[in-house]
Amino acid sequence: MNHSIRILAAAVVLAATAGSAFAQANVSVKDAWVRATVPQQKATGAFMQLQAAKDSKFVSASSPLTPTVEVHEMAMQGDVMRMRQVQSVELPAGKLVELKPGGYHLMLMNLKAQVKEGDTVPFTLVFEGKDGKRETVEIKAPVKALNNAAKPAHAGH
Amino acid sequence: MHQGISRRRALVLTGAAIGLGLLAGCNVGGAVSFNGTDITGADFGRDFRLKDPSGRERTLADFKDKVVLLFFGFTQCPDVCPTALARAAEVKSLLGPDGDRLQVLFVSVDPERDTPEVLNAYTAAFDPTFLALYGDQQQLAETAKEFRVIYQKVPTGDSYTIDHTSVTYAFDTHGKLRLKLSHSQSAIEYAADVRKLLHAA
Repeated sequence: MNHSIRILAAAVVLAATAGSAFAQANVSVKDAWVRATVPQQKATGAFMQLQAAKDSKFVSASSPLTPTVEVHEMAMQGDVMRMRQVQSVELPAGKLVELKPGGYHLMLMNLKAQVKEGDTVPFTLVFEGKDGKRETVEIKAPVKALNNAAKPAHAGH
Repeated sequence: MHQGISRRRALVLTGAAIGLGLLAGCNVGGAVSFNGTDITGADFGRDFRLKDPSGRERTLADFKDKVVLLFFGFTQCPDVCPTALARAAEVKSLLGPDGDRLQVLFVSVDPERDTPEVLNAYTAAFDPTFLALYGDQQQLAETAKEFRVIYQKVPTGDSYTIDHTSVTYAFDTHGKLRLKLSHSQSAIEYAADVRKLLHAA
């Protein structure tokens, strides 16, 4: 209960932030962000909200930052956190699908340099419709502090 | 004026809360209830011997008089680990002045990639007092066994990720294992338990 309220509040905060990149195509992408790293940290995650007008799926992402960008899903099995690469994420027509901590994320691996708060990371996202037609969406995601999850909903802090 | 009223109201509420707490305490024979699972007297999680990023060997005795929150993770983890550390930072801030008597320990399950430099910078990004601990593979295996934590490398592309137990253990000010908290619990629930452990001593 508490948890879902926090997530909802976080989504509202994110929605209020400027810099959303809306594409005019089938799939819209908003509130994308990348978690900052410390020097020599080789991997981090990227998060965003996806919405498709027609039934589609999110199939891949790439970025000039690193050749290794994968779509992962985190799932808790009892007390154990498991992370797996997934081949695609279903985007039912009209449904907002969130890539957020506790679920799906883009995994950026083999990073060659520190990803610093305030930087912007370009991504090319590839979606596929039911007819097999592919669509690419270019976005630029801001880098947010490593501890970004720390203050999701508490306006007072 | 307004402040005076709300302060008085807060005092009354505090008094009521203490009264209720005492009543509850009487009902259950002085036992305190926690948000986490009470594992007082557990025959595991007794101690560890690991290094901090400065190379100094650490055991639970180093954190006497503090409540310790200990959990396992790795810095390449994009989701659970930063969330757990961010929550721990929130717990510390919720505790106010008592926050100085909280020690957060982050045990790396990835000694291969989590160098002391990376670990130090990583925990400091959440709070400068948080301490990362690491050992070699043998020490890690022994510590994980002692704490009933599992960790498993999962290859992905030309890299790997690590599945691991995401519970947080709470130790009281005497270094005794008391609680097991879940990843799904909130900073407020964590903070309430830490406060009880601090003030039960």
